[in-house]
Amino acid sequence: MRGATHAKWTALAAAVALAATACGGGDDSGGGGADGIVTSSWGDPQNPLEPANTNEVQGGKVLDMIFRGLKKYDPKTGAATDMLAEKIETSDSVNFTITVKDGWTFSNGEQVTAKSFVDAWNYGADLKNNQKNAYFFGYIEGYDQVHPESGDPTATTMSGLKVVDDMTFTVKLTQKFSTFPDTLGYSAYVPLPQSFFSDHDAWLSKPVGNGPYTIDSYSKGSQMALKRWDDYPGDDKAQNGGVTLKVYTDNNTAYTDLTAGNLDLVDDVPASQLKNVSADLDGRYINTPAGIIQTLSFPFYDPAWNKPGQEKLRQGLSMAINREQITDTIFQKTRTPAVDWTSPVLGEDGGFKDICGDFCTYNAEEAKKLVAEGGGIPGGTMKISYNADTGSHKEWVDAVCNSINNALGNNTACVGNPIGTFADYRNQITTQKMTGPFRAGWQMDYPLIQNFLQPLYFTNASSNDGKWTNPDFDKLVNEANAETDTAKAVGTFQQAEEVLRDDMGAIPLWYQNGSAGYSARISNVSLNPFSVPVYNEIKVN
Amino acid sequence: MGRYVIRRLLQMIPVFFGATLLIFLMVNVMGDPIAGLCGDRACDPATAAQLEKEFGLDKPVWQQYLTYMGNVFTGDFGTAFNGQPVTELMASAFPVTIRLTIVAILFEIVIGITLGVVTGLRRGRPVDTSVLLLTLVVISVPTFVTGLLLQLLLGVEWGWIKPAVSPEAPFGELIVPGLVLASVSLAYVTRLTRTSIAENKRADYVRTAVAKGLPRRRVITRHLLRNSLIPVVTFIGTDIGALMGGAIVTERIFNIHGVGYQLYQGILRQNTQTVVGFVTVLVLVFLFANLLVDLLYAVLDPRIRYA
Repeated sequence: MRGATHAKWTALAAAVALAATACGGGDDSGGGGADGIVTSSWGDPQNPLEPANTNEVQGGKVLDMIFRGLKKYDPKTGAATDMLAEKIETSDSVNFTITVKDGWTFSNGEQVTAKSFVDAWNYGADLKNNQKNAYFFGYIEGYDQVHPESGDPTATTMSGLKVVDDMTFTVKLTQKFSTFPDTLGYSAYVPLPQSFFSDHDAWLSKPVGNGPYTIDSYSKGSQMALKRWDDYPGDDKAQNGGVTLKVYTDNNTAYTDLTAGNLDLVDDVPASQLKNVSADLDGRYINTPAGIIQTLSFPFYDPAWNKPGQEKLRQGLSMAINREQITDTIFQKTRTPAVDWTSPVLGEDGGFKDICGDFCTYNAEEAKKLVAEGGGIPGGTMKISYNADTGSHKEWVDAVCNSINNALGNNTACVGNPIGTFADYRNQITTQKMTGPFRAGWQMDYPLIQNFLQPLYFTNASSNDGKWTNPDFDKLVNEANAETDTAKAVGTFQQAEEVLRDDMGAIPLWYQNGSAGYSARISNVSLNPFSVPVYNEIKVN
Repeated sequence: MGRYVIRRLLQMIPVFFGATLLIFLMVNVMGDPIAGLCGDRACDPATAAQLEKEFGLDKPVWQQYLTYMGNVFTGDFGTAFNGQPVTELMASAFPVTIRLTIVAILFEIVIGITLGVVTGLRRGRPVDTSVLLLTLVVISVPTFVTGLLLQLLLGVEWGWIKPAVSPEAPFGELIVPGLVLASVSLAYVTRLTRTSIAENKRADYVRTAVAKGLPRRRVITRHLLRNSLIPVVTFIGTDIGALMGGAIVTERIFNIHGVGYQLYQGILRQNTQTVVGFVTVLVLVFLFANLLVDLLYAVLDPRIRYA
């Protein structure tokens, strides 16, 4: 009797298990060839999907697929080329006349006109709309009326934007900015259809754009299915039938799904898997530089860190960091030791150059000497602050501290200082509570040397978290912006960078690479300089 | 009985308010959530101020709590930072986690109690010893190890299951995650049942039942098991709440978009509305599960009466 009962349960359990495995069969097989569907890992976008409100990679990925702006950044070289712009003309680097190409429509059939841009930009700048990228419009005249630093806006449109005719509009800036046209490839500057303004909620639940893909279905927090838009007028048509973005709770799970054959593309290979990735994926692994640099910033608002002569201390600390070793062992070569404050994706013409020189080369003796000459570490011990919740910052911060301690021959010179959440970490930075160096990262908005220097090191710039300031640097940046000749402008920016180096306003650590892995089902996979997969070029075998 | 239930329900009110207030304070103490919204760069001050106003973060905490509680009673749990109402997040997350919890509880009841009865009746025999050893292993191995191991073996090596659960999360795909989630509690249920059975086996009423000549099966199910289940039921009851809230690890491993995932995201992004909303519902679940357990006592053992 007892045995029988037991057997019954076992049988039941077995039946349940069998049922489970039966359900585990494959789906998502969207066929092959030109109509094949690519499945790709995705993270839940942090903000609502609006062009001027999306400031992180996950939302940006989607905008990149469903929108095209006046300019487009070449996926290989990063160079800005005309997309919807017929021509952008200026004689003084302040007034720009922009002509939009004829024949472009949104996927709902509406024509893309000059008004589509002007309305979108005014919406993005308006304080009432809470757009997190509003500051991108800060160069345009009249921005301070629609987005005052305090108080209510006094206008809803910027006086510097004027529609001339259907296809032409003019932009007036508040200062000379010769490379302004090249910034227009950023997703905050894309045009928006009228439905965005007339039925905003409906647009948010299913965004409509003018790019090579349209959104087929979107269930927030779990997945988004994008289909190729057959009537897309551009020359960068999608080479596949569509892309399904699946939200993963953890990039390890996405990687596991890729190795199990349930997913085609992972654009963020977890650090713990980097050792196995070549063997697991049989060479279907991409590791290319992206426009991301990591630095150590200093709290120049703290009197202890802002004494004359301390540039030697900072230079010494920079020389005490063994970048080669850390990028090799901790990052498995997915980072490249930094030699300047920009990124290799700019290329030599764009301003990438070994400017840091000896200061970025490990030299324990020289480091010790310079630190001593610079007055030593304030208080004898410095804490490098980082957020402990994401990005496995602990490993490298500990390694950097180890390297510094070894070079200085002092075991208490440097320790890590973990801060629980990213929000709290950012909060301590913006309220200027840092008492020692802290980690900083910068992902470029557009591949311009200006974007790596001005927002970060110009006096009181939006992302100048350490509050470093130097009048010579500011002067050179202003000169470079006023320069109409690109090559000369780049040269002047590099001079500014030398000022930054001599004062060591921040220690450059390394450039981050984009890393992606993909299945044998797809080919022609590459990452653009923003470390986002070039989805429209992926082919399904 | 009725009066007892009413008294219990009334007792829940202070517990409910206390628990939500605590969570509210804890999340608020963590700092300014707006700071993390703009990524590695600072939000411009005007936009930050505007966002604070919109989320009501510019008011004092007590006022925020009062407004929040007022809204909760009208079914408004606020808006998450990505613009979605929290109720919408709940509507997508809770069904998934409830299904996962059901699978886990079923495993606990079916496997846990069966093993407990089998070992309790044969104390000291090889079956008993091996099950005891097995439960010891299960208890001592962390859930994420079991989870990742099963995922790798069943999902990648043998291809029996999909390593990641689809967004719809049907019951079939939740069997393995459910087993992983249940594993530790399952071991406890086995041990609790075993001890309880072994103890009651020598009780007078069991001897009487055997002496009356009742069939062994009836003695075990009606007399022995029914009385031995009281501690087990208490454990399983409280475990319902624990499983729902504690599914963070399992849900992360198997890519399940349930309560654990939403809570994790909410905490990472310091999203007060999401965290407090979900915890409020979890507190309610916990309270009702406990009430249910107390009421079940009377069913299992009529000697326990509530006046």
